[in-house]
Amino acid sequence: MLEINGLRVSVAGTEILRGIDLSVRTGEVHAIMGPNGSGKSTLAQVLAGHPAYTVTAGSATYDGKDLLALKPEERAREGVFLAFQYPVEIRGITNSYFLRSAVNAVRKHRGQEELDPMDFLQVLEAKLKAIGWDDTLMNRPVNEGFSGGEKKRNEILQLAVLEPRLALLDETDSGLDIDALKTVANAVNKLRAPDRSFVIVTHYQRLLNFITPDVVHVLADGRIVKSGGPELAHELEAKGYDWLRTGAMVS
Amino acid sequence: MTGIEAQVQQPYKYGFVTDIESDVVPAGLNEDVVRLISAKKGEPAWMVDWRLKAYRNWLKMEEPHWPNVQYGPIDYQAISYYAAPKKLPKLDSLDQVDPKLVATFEKLGIPIEEQKRLTGVAVDAVFDSVSVATTFQAELAKYGVIFCPISEAIKKHPELVQKYLGTVVPYNDNFFAALNSAVYTDGSFVYVPKGVRCPMELSTYFRINASSTGQFERTLIIADEGSYVSYLEGCSAPMRDENQLHAAVVELVALDNATIKYSTVQNWYAGDAEGKGGIYNFVTKRGKCAGVNSKISWTQVETGSAITWKYPGCILQGDNSIGEFYSVAVTSRKQQADTGTKMIHLGKNTRSTIVSKGISAGRGQNTYRGLVKIMKGAEGARNYSQCDSMLIGDQCGAHTFPYIDVRNNSAIMEHEASTSKIGEDQIFYLRQRGLSAEDAVSMIVNGFCKEVFKELPMEFAVEATRLLGISLEGSVG
Repeated sequence: MLEINGLRVSVAGTEILRGIDLSVRTGEVHAIMGPNGSGKSTLAQVLAGHPAYTVTAGSATYDGKDLLALKPEERAREGVFLAFQYPVEIRGITNSYFLRSAVNAVRKHRGQEELDPMDFLQVLEAKLKAIGWDDTLMNRPVNEGFSGGEKKRNEILQLAVLEPRLALLDETDSGLDIDALKTVANAVNKLRAPDRSFVIVTHYQRLLNFITPDVVHVLADGRIVKSGGPELAHELEAKGYDWLRTGAMVS
Repeated sequence: MTGIEAQVQQPYKYGFVTDIESDVVPAGLNEDVVRLISAKKGEPAWMVDWRLKAYRNWLKMEEPHWPNVQYGPIDYQAISYYAAPKKLPKLDSLDQVDPKLVATFEKLGIPIEEQKRLTGVAVDAVFDSVSVATTFQAELAKYGVIFCPISEAIKKHPELVQKYLGTVVPYNDNFFAALNSAVYTDGSFVYVPKGVRCPMELSTYFRINASSTGQFERTLIIADEGSYVSYLEGCSAPMRDENQLHAAVVELVALDNATIKYSTVQNWYAGDAEGKGGIYNFVTKRGKCAGVNSKISWTQVETGSAITWKYPGCILQGDNSIGEFYSVAVTSRKQQADTGTKMIHLGKNTRSTIVSKGISAGRGQNTYRGLVKIMKGAEGARNYSQCDSMLIGDQCGAHTFPYIDVRNNSAIMEHEASTSKIGEDQIFYLRQRGLSAEDAVSMIVNGFCKEVFKELPMEFAVEATRLLGISLEGSVG
């Protein structure tokens, strides 16, 4: 589904990613771990098309298409979703209006009829039921006055409603207490599907106690320095990242 | 794509010129021109005397330069003060309106033909210096509501005009109001009798067509005891390289327990990307809550004009009266706006609310200027002010000058202000959910203006949202 080859990325003249190779097959869950400043979030942002990042070399294909040639909104409409580490607030726009606009942008792209508010409400209720949440966030302005946990929950709710094929989770666990972490992780587990892939960016292993990945990668200094199964996450938790960084330098 | 400052010139949809034979008075201003305008209108002696008094005062006044806007000197002798289509219908006979005029208003989305009229909205269409059609007059007359061009009101209802004209904005109020009083040519007149709730929205559409002319209209609305009226105002002008002056006066009078709701969607030509051309919109609008429990509510959406200078205000004279001001002002390209309100509290327990949203994009400069004055006798007065500014790009400016003058200790004043910037991160967030960059900006801006838009009548709210989209189109790239 996602093929990344030799991807190099810089921001404001500083190279952050220095040759990333990554292959994610349909239905797989990949975790990207690594120390602060290793480029994990950059990878998620650049795949979603954030304009602040410049791709200097390499390629990324998504379902056979040149992902990097698409505008951010085109990637979104094609089924690439980014759950933001810092979701922004939008004053005066209710969550449900925002979400319906997003759903309709995707539906329009697929040649489907747009949903009116009543139809959308039904779709929304079904989705909320599936992940076991209520609709308390829906009539509030987008992320305005939300707690850290509510913001992250709102991102996952959007993921559930927009039904992407490739979901990128950027530090979704940061700032969550253990209960909120469990709530979010359970929802993500319910959203795992044979035709949907996940790339989960996280600093800590604790999220992976609740979401078991198929593959774990370690990113350090802009390169993937080690890949393995779920057990790699536990190893990192015990040993930290330093041994890998040194290893990377030696190799 | 880096940065969100790229500014693209959007075509102005209303910039066409109607080719119509006009009766234009030669440029220049003196007492003879004032008399000539009055004569063309067939006015009584008291009116021409009032005009001359205003003119003589104006000669002694100086053009104000305290607003936070910049423009070259205006040559008042180079402006023509009267332009009217030659083939004018006789009063009350819409069938005789020149088809070119009908077509012009049709193109602007203002149907004045009998069979196509907007249901529930009566329209007065003003073209250059004269009113060319007023719809639903007969229907309104059944309720005793008078809705007609002010030139007609001077003839048919002189007692009402004489009683109220200049009582809210005196002929010597300020430089532009004095000029208007001397040379005003037309405008709308509304009188809603005691206890009547006006059965439909009243609306005036102003169109400047002729070149090298100024437009000086005057509107007077009187809501008698216990009545209610909602009035809408729209405007547009052709695209021209010269600057054209629009100096209007609007006076509102609300008697005991009466309510006036006045909404404006201002879309005069704003000039091109380099700031060439466009309307100078120098307007005096004021309402007087003369009676107890009366209420005047101003809502304005200002998207056009090269320069806007206006402060729709309320004089809260009656006890328990209420003044409201809801405003969205957009400056993009090289537009400048210095706008806000004045709330003068005289009566006991008077209340005022100010919600101002300024949006600056391109190289636009947006200033909020407001005065809240609580006079000695205004026991228990309250004011709530909220001024929010939004910046799009880094070449524009937002400025806020809130003046507060309190002379009674029982007053309760609240003031909130904020400045925000549409950032790349906000736009990216929405694009990541599938919205185009332009839809993203439009959503953010509409959310920002929501508190004002909800005050607009339905059709106007839709129009305002659309206009806002057009004036900001291309402000992200």
